[in-house]
Amino acid sequence: MYTDPSPETDSPAIRCRGLIKSFGAVQAVRGLDLEIPRGECYGLLGPNGAGKTTTVEILEGLQEPDRGEVEILGMRWADQGKAIRRRLGVQLQEVRLTDKLRVREVVRLFRSFYPRGPSVAELLERVHLTEKQSAYVRDLSGGQRQRLSVACALAGDPDLLFLDEPTTGLDPQARRALWEIIESFRDEGGTILLTTHFMDEAERLADRVAIMDHGTILIEGTPQQLIATLGGAHVIEFEPTVRVEVLELGELPSVKSVRERGPLRFLTCDELHETLPALVALVDSRGGHLASLTTHRATLDDVFLARTGRQLRDG
Amino acid sequence: MGDLRSLGQLTLSRLRVMLREPEIIFWVFAFPLLLAIGLGVAFSDPMPDTPRVAIESGSGGERFIDALRADPEIEIRILGVEEASDALRRGEVSLVIAGDETTLQFRYDPTRAEARTARLAAERSIQREAGGPAPVTIRPQEVEQLGHRYIDWLIPGIIGFNLMSTGLWGIGFYITQSRQNRQLKRLIATPMPRGHFLLAQILARFVFLIGEIPLLILAAWLLFDVPMAGGIVSLAVVVLIGAASFCGLGLLASSRTRTTEGASGIINAIVMPMVVLCGVFFSTARFPDAMQPLIRILPLTPLNDALRAVYNDGLAFTAVAGELALLATWGIVAFVLALRWFRWQ
Repeated sequence: MYTDPSPETDSPAIRCRGLIKSFGAVQAVRGLDLEIPRGECYGLLGPNGAGKTTTVEILEGLQEPDRGEVEILGMRWADQGKAIRRRLGVQLQEVRLTDKLRVREVVRLFRSFYPRGPSVAELLERVHLTEKQSAYVRDLSGGQRQRLSVACALAGDPDLLFLDEPTTGLDPQARRALWEIIESFRDEGGTILLTTHFMDEAERLADRVAIMDHGTILIEGTPQQLIATLGGAHVIEFEPTVRVEVLELGELPSVKSVRERGPLRFLTCDELHETLPALVALVDSRGGHLASLTTHRATLDDVFLARTGRQLRDG
Repeated sequence: MGDLRSLGQLTLSRLRVMLREPEIIFWVFAFPLLLAIGLGVAFSDPMPDTPRVAIESGSGGERFIDALRADPEIEIRILGVEEASDALRRGEVSLVIAGDETTLQFRYDPTRAEARTARLAAERSIQREAGGPAPVTIRPQEVEQLGHRYIDWLIPGIIGFNLMSTGLWGIGFYITQSRQNRQLKRLIATPMPRGHFLLAQILARFVFLIGEIPLLILAAWLLFDVPMAGGIVSLAVVVLIGAASFCGLGLLASSRTRTTEGASGIINAIVMPMVVLCGVFFSTARFPDAMQPLIRILPLTPLNDALRAVYNDGLAFTAVAGELALLATWGIVAFVLALRWFRWQ
């Protein structure tokens, strides 16, 4: 009987330092540091090509970093790879499970790889696929496939769950169903590393998030902390027909920050009802008007835009 | 290791996928049968090839060597008594000329189309040389016996062909597809012992053999009265070693392929030359001597030879130990290289 070595349980779930990985001339990960305590849901946000998947695959032991140190649950891949694998749950992007297998058969297969874990029936129940257990994978919807993939990731009762863009391509209802499954794992004390390019997903699930671009982490914190860096709770986005200086906009009441992007101007402010009338009056006084005007509560998308000049979903 | 549940589940998964794929059922079970039936029927047509005639050394036939050599329609060789009858049985010659000075004996298999051409041509040359309408008596002797016809010779070749193509396609294509779909990557993210995955492919192949080979033997017997001369155990040993070796080659062929298109190209490049060269449909003796060393070393040749030795000649597997050793060497080398080069993602 194989018994896992028992690593110190006060070690963080994930710790990595100075991670570097290149593919030819392209440096996908450039000196990344990360520390995720046990029981946390950590969201790694960034557009396509930011290096999220490469980072996650290094942490999962599927790729080797060119340089840097990785510790998972207090263990290292080089000498305790098998012990780590037994305690990880992994969901990869773009895996096509065999179409000709039934849902139950796939779960049973993955369950057979782990020495301990829930029964096949319990796993199916957890991802709400009990009724679909006899269906072929081929006949599942996108959301059901994703839930099946999560069931496979949960087969070994993992301490740490990696989810790589779990809801990409799913409709809103399927996304919410998956979120609930992820939340129940988190509520039972599991650690999650989630990559996503949906800020609403990160805001709902993650205790802490990091914004990643060009292979490094730009900023890290709770979603509220990150949004607070913008300085205001609301964002006003508008296009004036006349020239208005950044300095003038900054002096409007309650405005915290001003940014330009092409013809568009972005203001963050705390009190919309003070800023908006003043803005309209200012543009009016120059003989112009607002060609467009929208406002919304500040989100992680705005944080990303402020940091990179691009939007998360621009890719 | 200890825990073989994962090996069992992986094997079961592979078997399920195979059984649920109608195309695979066709290629594994129906195709070799159709091939045998097609060829069994088709070979009653005349062959465009020059038939070979053997003259037993020391027989009355030697008197007519020059005349027979001058005939462009046949090709002559001189063989010892036993060699000649072996050659006839294996289809390497179509006619054996034996007998004494006054009465020649023509031995041939009447079910072989080219035997008729050979007989007519040889008789014509001999009588012309002897002078007069029929100064030499020729006694035809039909040696058609069950087990000595073309179809009898063909069936073991089809089995060899089937072991090769299902090994290469069944293993190579599936592994490439799993790699392309990123399933291999997903699997190695679990604690699954990697060897279990590869072993499961081979075990599933063996389970299929249990249905595949008896079905072919049964069909050959029911449709063409092809007898199995050798013992079941000997045949099973040869089949297992052959299947395992071609599984090894299948693993090697797909150890690094990224796309199923790429795998198809590689597998075809391995399968096609061997189908032609290694004595599946016609004897390897038809190729020039210069090519024989190459032909002898290719893995399908020893497999077909060993299968025929057991199936047609009733020998035990111990009699073909050399062939089996060559075949096993291919398998082991392929397997070791495949493990070394195998790419999981």
